[in-house]
Amino acid sequence: MTGPAMIFDKPNSYIGQPTPRADAARLLAGRGRFVDDLQLPRMVHAAFYRSPYAHAKINGIDVTEARAAPGVVAVYTGAELSKHVTPYVGVLSHLAGLRSAPQHPLAVDAARWQGEPLVMVIAQTRAQAEDACELIDPDLEELPAVVDSETALDAETPVLHSEFDSNLAWERTVDVGDIDSAFAAPGVTVVERQFRFGRHTGVTLESRGTVCDYDPSEEQLTVYYSGQAPHMMQVIYSKHLGIAEENVRVISNDVGGSFGIKIHTYGDEIAAGVAAKLLNRPVKFIADRLESFMTDIHARDHVVTAKMGISEQGTIVGIDFDDLTGIGPFSMYPRTSAIECNQVLNLTGAPYAMENYRAKGRVVFQNKTLMCQYRAVGHPIAMAIADCLLEDCARSIGMDPVDVRRKNLMADDSYPRNSTSGMKLDDLSHQKALEKLTEIMDYKGLRDDQEAKRKAGVYRGIGFVSMVEVTNPSPMFYGIGGAPIASQDGATVRLDAGGALHISSSITEQGQGTNAILGQIAAGVFGVDIERVKVSTGDTKTVPYGGGTWASRGAGIGGEAMLQAAHALKEQVLEVAGVLLQTPVEALDIKNGCVVDAGTDNERMPLADLARTVYYRGNELPSDLKPELIATRHYRVSDFPFVFTNGAMAAHVEVDIETGFVKVLHFWAVEDCGRVINPMLVDEQVRGGVVQGIGGALYEECLYSPEGQLMNATMADYIVPMAAEMPEITVAHIETPTKTSVLGAKGAGEAGTGGAPAAIMNAVNDALSPLGKSIWQMPMTPERVLQVINRN
Amino acid sequence: MSKTANITLKINGEDITATVPVRLNLVDFLRHDVGLTGSHVGCEHGVCGACTVEVNGDAVRGCLMLAVQADGTEVTTVEGLSDSGRSAALIRSFTARNALQCGFCTPGMLASALSYIDAGGAADKAAIREHISGNYCRCTGYQSIVEAICDVITENATTEEAGA
Amino acid sequence: MKAPDFDYARPSSLQEALALLAAGEGGAQPLAGGQSLMPMLNFRISTPEMLVDLSGLPELRGLEQTPQGLRIGAMTRYCELEAFPDLAKIQPLVAAALPHIAHDAIRNRGTIGGSVALADPAAEMPAILLALGAVISLDGPNGPRDVAADDYFLGYYETACEPDELITSILLPKIEPGDSFGFHELVQRHGDYAMAGVAIRSSGIAPLAGLRIGFFGVADRALRVTALEDALNGTDGTDIAGALSHLSEIDFQGDTKITAETRAHYAGVALKRALKEMLT
Repeated sequence: MTGPAMIFDKPNSYIGQPTPRADAARLLAGRGRFVDDLQLPRMVHAAFYRSPYAHAKINGIDVTEARAAPGVVAVYTGAELSKHVTPYVGVLSHLAGLRSAPQHPLAVDAARWQGEPLVMVIAQTRAQAEDACELIDPDLEELPAVVDSETALDAETPVLHSEFDSNLAWERTVDVGDIDSAFAAPGVTVVERQFRFGRHTGVTLESRGTVCDYDPSEEQLTVYYSGQAPHMMQVIYSKHLGIAEENVRVISNDVGGSFGIKIHTYGDEIAAGVAAKLLNRPVKFIADRLESFMTDIHARDHVVTAKMGISEQGTIVGIDFDDLTGIGPFSMYPRTSAIECNQVLNLTGAPYAMENYRAKGRVVFQNKTLMCQYRAVGHPIAMAIADCLLEDCARSIGMDPVDVRRKNLMADDSYPRNSTSGMKLDDLSHQKALEKLTEIMDYKGLRDDQEAKRKAGVYRGIGFVSMVEVTNPSPMFYGIGGAPIASQDGATVRLDAGGALHISSSITEQGQGTNAILGQIAAGVFGVDIERVKVSTGDTKTVPYGGGTWASRGAGIGGEAMLQAAHALKEQVLEVAGVLLQTPVEALDIKNGCVVDAGTDNERMPLADLARTVYYRGNELPSDLKPELIATRHYRVSDFPFVFTNGAMAAHVEVDIETGFVKVLHFWAVEDCGRVINPMLVDEQVRGGVVQGIGGALYEECLYSPEGQLMNATMADYIVPMAAEMPEITVAHIETPTKTSVLGAKGAGEAGTGGAPAAIMNAVNDALSPLGKSIWQMPMTPERVLQVINRN
Repeated sequence: MSKTANITLKINGEDITATVPVRLNLVDFLRHDVGLTGSHVGCEHGVCGACTVEVNGDAVRGCLMLAVQADGTEVTTVEGLSDSGRSAALIRSFTARNALQCGFCTPGMLASALSYIDAGGAADKAAIREHISGNYCRCTGYQSIVEAICDVITENATTEEAGA
Repeated sequence: MKAPDFDYARPSSLQEALALLAAGEGGAQPLAGGQSLMPMLNFRISTPEMLVDLSGLPELRGLEQTPQGLRIGAMTRYCELEAFPDLAKIQPLVAAALPHIAHDAIRNRGTIGGSVALADPAAEMPAILLALGAVISLDGPNGPRDVAADDYFLGYYETACEPDELITSILLPKIEPGDSFGFHELVQRHGDYAMAGVAIRSSGIAPLAGLRIGFFGVADRALRVTALEDALNGTDGTDIAGALSHLSEIDFQGDTKITAETRAHYAGVALKRALKEMLT
């Protein structure tokens, strides 16, 4: 492999440039290609009758009237559908002890959350399908619901799955050092807090949806999928519908936001595939917003009791916590619902050097919407536990929150090393990131302003977070546990006769700019103008095999595969050029679409001439020359389970102590995602992520009644961040490339969402500190803030 | 069977006559009957703004209006804004600022942005934020959108000054 | 979700519209701007047999300043009211409140008559009508009648307008010299329904006099608390602690966002802040 210098120092490299995305023009002209835009011949529409109860026994469902309703093509109950599709179980072998029950796309014997699909109606129009749903007459026997995770394990609480002895799905303990002795040591201050993290969800603007089309003549199922992992879905449809894997084609065109929501197995989408197969025609299902709130995976829902000990000098002696999380009635298939808890156990305190660490996690079943991996899995919880306790400790010993971090953050020259929880860390820059942060935010100026404002009765606060971010996962994340989820990705680069590059990749585009950075890498490494690179992603029939875009792996893993493929193609092309030009290969290079003399850049041959010679006039080539103008490479992360990224963020807030309203005045983020391929795209990832984090910190929560009814399943009642209340976000970078790849890129997608909540909570508590009050629950709604202010 | 009605309207400058179920809303009609899939459906209860289109020059929610109510009106969608060049400056500035990621909110965002610019709105970020506060974007965090709109207003002002 | 099936009529006269409503025997639902009705249809919460589209009725149009005040035809859209010349001078309270009502695209379709007919307890307009002492003109099978705003809002989405009646117009009485106005609402996001809000008219500043305070987002409907107004009349409005005790007359409602107790507190804060803004 040629070294980094050669690849990145080229004058026409696009890597590191804020190149605008080619996809933007199409989307701005209203020419996107989203799933619901698709109209296929003979297409019919699915709607679902869903459980009105959180928990009910299904005695029977009468669909006679629905079948006779105008426009209805077919009606399937769970019992009927189960003859054509096998159930699935969301467990992974490396999450030892994780258990879940078989889950059917449509519930068969019992409904276990409000919104679980029970009956599918297929009709000529969606409106007609909904009309028919109203005619369904179910015989449901409401059962007591397990709603509260904190009582889910109590002896008197009903057990959700009769095959298990309790509602426990999984538990794990990490115990390093001797936390009890460390806390008992003289001079150690121990703070203890109970954190509550509400349930929230992704609220992708484009709801989940699918068009499934079955052609019996070729036994081919084509699934138009709005999501992040086409190859994973190919395996799932194949396995559970009994169709050969090669006969399932999954196509993901434009995706209207995903954030981890659209990467799971949803019964309604699987059922649509079954219906397509049974009816031999295309079936469209588009979730409406109510269905999105009730059935898209939720995330968080953790109750954490946590302690941190700190010495008089401000050294963290250890962290001890107990995390309880409710995941709904099943572990989500195939990624499972234990990952978030596992991440909390792995990531808490990972930026800090400490000797002692004890963490206990329990994951329990309950009658609520399934919980699974959503953007920044586990991060907001892990970062809040460590960084909010740290600022609490600092307050109690009278230390500045920046100084306490300087003292405890791992030194930038101390890697490779392990976190106390045992995570392998390398190439991180916590200290540098913190220094840069305090510089760009004018920390001293803000503190002076804070003091002046306090005298005027205005309560402002400054809060920080130093964070790690899991990116570029290796096979240790899912593959090792038996999930059909590729950890490697592939890239193909083809030189066409006109001198343009056609590239394809197994990573996917959901708006991050995947296609753009693939183009930048290929154009820069190979040596053509970026206008001459065309990108294909998202189609299992045409792209290399791979995992897709999730866990901030696209740029780091897919990007490295693209770099290596482009580099390989360049070597292959230069070999041909060397023969055609009778020049030693090492004396040639490719720049701006031309073969040039290395060093002088003297143009020798346009790529189009070379390609046309190869493709059209092979007679001009020596017979022993076998040109390959296409190259494919694959890449996976080895040696590390993840490539960690780090960042430092700060929030400036004002708390209206009369009402509890929190206004975020400004937000700063310093991100080290290794080599920055496109700073504009990275900045926008960070900003969007921060605002999603602010949503979790201040606004968003799925609220349930004691009976397990979701009470705010509309966009008027579930509050997402809108433009007027959001702050300006300043983003800066440190670049510490990962040594695991030539490209050196790590991910950046989780940072804002993972870090912002802790920074906001710290800022609110800093603002409240003159009152001696603090809040430990997210979202920090006005009422909750007011309640802590008024509490004696 | 659904009750239907005949409607005649002008969409992106083109005369369209159609028979529609009276319960069909405007955005579903535009997307699935007329084939103008640029306008998007995000919530169907008027909160997210993805379906925002122009009716008789006013930005309105396409999900909160029946197709039959659009009888006799002039409707402009994102496709029309692009074809006529009315959104050209915004397209340039949104591209330059990467003021879109997934692109699903973009058509509604452009309609709202244009209504602000056309009404003579100032290059005032707080006012722009307030104006687009009925358009939900999950990807960008809004800042780049606000800046892109601001850029167009500033650019227009400079052009006008130069022309004066 | 898609709207349930219904019939649709667009009458061209008030008489015709009233006849359709009467014939519908409760199954016919008037459609004004549709900005609240359409979501309810799309959620299948509202399932009318017929929608009677009021957009073709000349009797419900018109927006003019008369000797009595500003007469607002029921089908006047929020955006038309916003654009009315000199609105900030003619009706400063309305001008101040309008930007807080939902969003541009909603105000471009939503009508004043529609809001008043629906009487959402968290909407701004009903409280504004209370503060201004507006008069609501109705027409129905028994002929036209005028109802004072004070007698109009009766309960949770319940008004003096009978199912077979329609609002034809609303009169906002002319403001007097020396009148002063206040408006404040507590919302988490711009344009949201308020967690609590007030609209105030006073015929004097120091001291306050003839106060009319419309509360919204607090209870089952927009309402006034006359005892509270009486307690504030004649004061300079700076010490309102005593007057606030009369808020206990309100049956505050909790929802998924806040409890009734917090709402009661917010109502007091909104009043205090609105008065403070008026007095400075």
